[in-house]
Amino acid sequence: MLDSEVPQEGNVTLGGHRKALYARGADGKMHIVQSTGWEVEEIVTRQAVDDLNRLADEARQRVAAGQTSALEYHMHKARMDVPLLAQVTGLWQWRIRRHFRPDLFAHLSPSLLARYADAMGLTVAQLTKVE
Amino acid sequence: MMEFQHSQASHCESGVMSTMLRHQGLPISEPMAFGLSSAMSFAYLPIVKINGLPLVSYRMPPKFIIKGLQKPLGLKMRFETFRNPAAGTRRLDELLAAGEVVGMQTSVFWLPYMPEDLRFHFNAHNVLAFGRDTASGDYQLSDPVFEAPVSCPGEALQKARFAKGVLAPKGLLYYATGKPSQPDWAIVIPQAIKKTTRIMLDAPLPIIGVRGIRRLANAVERLAGQNDPARAKMFIGQVVRMQEEIGTGGGGFRFIYASFLQEAADLLGRPRLNELADALVEVGDEWREFALSAARMIRDREPLVPAKLADQLRRIADHEQTFFRDLRRAA
Repeated sequence: MLDSEVPQEGNVTLGGHRKALYARGADGKMHIVQSTGWEVEEIVTRQAVDDLNRLADEARQRVAAGQTSALEYHMHKARMDVPLLAQVTGLWQWRIRRHFRPDLFAHLSPSLLARYADAMGLTVAQLTKVE
Repeated sequence: MMEFQHSQASHCESGVMSTMLRHQGLPISEPMAFGLSSAMSFAYLPIVKINGLPLVSYRMPPKFIIKGLQKPLGLKMRFETFRNPAAGTRRLDELLAAGEVVGMQTSVFWLPYMPEDLRFHFNAHNVLAFGRDTASGDYQLSDPVFEAPVSCPGEALQKARFAKGVLAPKGLLYYATGKPSQPDWAIVIPQAIKKTTRIMLDAPLPIIGVRGIRRLANAVERLAGQNDPARAKMFIGQVVRMQEEIGTGGGGFRFIYASFLQEAADLLGRPRLNELADALVEVGDEWREFALSAARMIRDREPLVPAKLADQLRRIADHEQTFFRDLRRAA
């Protein structure tokens, strides 16, 4: 990649930040060039973020329909999946899946709620409702 | 004590080490830190899942650069991990109070200064702490992939250092305990290059090195048979994201290594290494073309044909194989 070919496409996922890339100058030497981003990166990052948002949205609708608990919504919102939430909280995956049942979730102990809230960087009050 | 100087780098771990070494009085470029520790690699790890998709890595695992620079530079690094987050924070404060510049492994998700869209649960990010703001108590961090130093509240930093999951940092702190010395380039550079060629060509596992690229090509090709285009797009998107977005890409790492080879050519007086650097820039460009094709297929700008991507990967594997064989002869 020549330094003139370094993409400057204003990738929005970088949030205005510029990345350093190595590219070849006219003298043939590699050096650092700052890049405002590449559309390819924007596409794959948006793809991942959109997929996570879709999961959170679907969970939100199911919470409203009484089919799942706020826990599932917040898990997706925190960009986690069940295996990761299990690792962070130290709970079994099957137990977490059980807590997706609204009736069970409504009766969780304060300490268990605190464990979930802490894992996702929320307060217990935030965890138990869906905005 | 020398005043701390931030500088932007292309990759976090090589950036942290080059900044730290410069602070210790040994100016070493980021590409030199990357090349000298033999950090360039390829690994396709189908069993390590991130959000249900396999891990693809274009460099050696976390800590490889930090550890790998000790021997060639006669440097002593100390590593500390903690079971208790509060103890980890206390120790960081102690070291900063003693005037140390401290490297840390962190999650990306919990760092508030990161752009929102990039905050995934990726646990192997590296940053340097060089002080605390007297007014707010926030930590002053040198995050190598950022243009300028950033600040971070203590609570967020603790959470980032003690994130759990794949590659959990466990509060890892690292700092130099001895002064690095100017190495004998004629010895350490060829050794480092040979090590990289061994990893890429002779690794006993078929998921590492050039064979790993071919293994990934097969996995991409199989996506066609699964008849689940949405999942296929997530899979190839993940490969490209790990290539280009996390740390710095497959193409990016090839460009850093090319820069290292150019430096090596000058230090050793071997122009052949400059020719090899040019060849590696071409391989890096092929990785970028692969990323471009993948992105076009994800966005439906061209039909989703996994076999085409697999072919591109196999061509890259062939070219890397030729390149590393030539490099081995030249080292």
